Amino acid sequence: MENFIIPQNVAISDSGFLFQAATGESFTLNEIGKLIVKMLQGSSTVEQIVGKVCEEYDTDPRTAERDFEDFITQLKHYSILK
Amino acid sequence: MNIAVTGLNATDNPGPGVPVIRSIKEGDGFKGNLIGLIYDSLEPGIYMENLATKCYLIPYPSSGLEQLYQRIVQIHENEKLDLIIPCLDSELYGFAKIQDRLNALGIKTFLPTIDQLNIRAKDKLFDFCQSSGIKVPKNILANSLQDMYSIPTDFNYPMAVKGIFYDAYIAHNFEEALSAFNKLRVKWGYPIILQEFVRGDEFNIVALGDGKGNMVGAVPMRKLYITDKGKGWAGVTIDDPILIEISKKVIGKIKWRSGMELEFIKSAETGEYYLLEINPRLPAWVYLAPSAGQNLPYALVKLAMGEEVETMTDYTVGTIFVRSSWDLITSIKEFEKIATFGEY
Repeated sequence: MENFIIPQNVAISDSGFLFQAATGESFTLNEIGKLIVKMLQGSSTVEQIVGKVCEEYDTDPRTAERDFEDFITQLKHYSILK
Repeated sequence: MNIAVTGLNATDNPGPGVPVIRSIKEGDGFKGNLIGLIYDSLEPGIYMENLATKCYLIPYPSSGLEQLYQRIVQIHENEKLDLIIPCLDSELYGFAKIQDRLNALGIKTFLPTIDQLNIRAKDKLFDFCQSSGIKVPKNILANSLQDMYSIPTDFNYPMAVKGIFYDAYIAHNFEEALSAFNKLRVKWGYPIILQEFVRGDEFNIVALGDGKGNMVGAVPMRKLYITDKGKGWAGVTIDDPILIEISKKVIGKIKWRSGMELEFIKSAETGEYYLLEINPRLPAWVYLAPSAGQNLPYALVKLAMGEEVETMTDYTVGTIFVRSSWDLITSIKEFEKIATFGEY
């Protein structure tokens, strides 16, 4: 399984506001986005993240995993994820 | 201490004088007067409250250095100047040429030499970067209309067409390049710089060199809002050691003695930084530096006065500036003072 690393200079607040200090870019994440980024910062595995999303929201593991992959692609695009 | 500062043209293409004065006034332990040297009686900085204690009209450098010098002598009689900080690209050569004469009057400056100014000039930047291992967009100098018709075919559009001192246009085809070339040659003369267009985000850094090869401080910024003139109208300090290292390299190599602004573009394709320009003075957004923890204008004052300045490396990442437009109200009587008597 791929190992996702959020660089140390990425900061996320409790409101979901994400600041990428290396580029000066900022983003506003929704609740699920915030949950995923915070879990990635805490070195959670994909299984743990998908499990948590299914637990907190009304979705099945397959959909959650697909949406997770899409979100990861976006994070990589904006260099929020190594 | 009496310090004269130019560049009070806080317009939509702002000079750095206003933020330089603002920064110095906030310098730890600073006591003294800030005097504005202005070229136009409508420079907004003249009319800002609690900024300059006095403003004086001075002649454009193009009207001759002797005239400029004599005007400074007059002002010096009234104000007993300790230091002059010229803030505009176009006047730096003139001030650099008369700095010894100013020094003889007891007026200090903290300027690069003519050779240092030449090394970083827009028409020399490519060679400097190439020899220093710094990435720079490909560039061609056009010194005549014929040069425009001889642009190599591998030089693709879009391209940036730049004046030697100011202004730049993005040209998407030959006709647009020619139009930009004509505007720039009339306004700023030759050469016109044709620069490969690198797609990406703009990053700037303000830095201060002590003239011995040391970088006293540096604060990098990403523009968050850019006007149609290409001016940063909002920006945020960022954490990128690569930008700091490149700046250190530039200052070390040139032994830069003054403030400078380096303009970079981060290639969207490769993620590498390309140095677009080295501006030989503090930028108009310099107030962001003291706000983030490095008062570079005040450090420049201390260096000019021969004081030791500790190297500054820390600054607060995520400090934002947002420029605003604000109407200053004055009366025709006040305007008369500067327009007729050259003093305010």
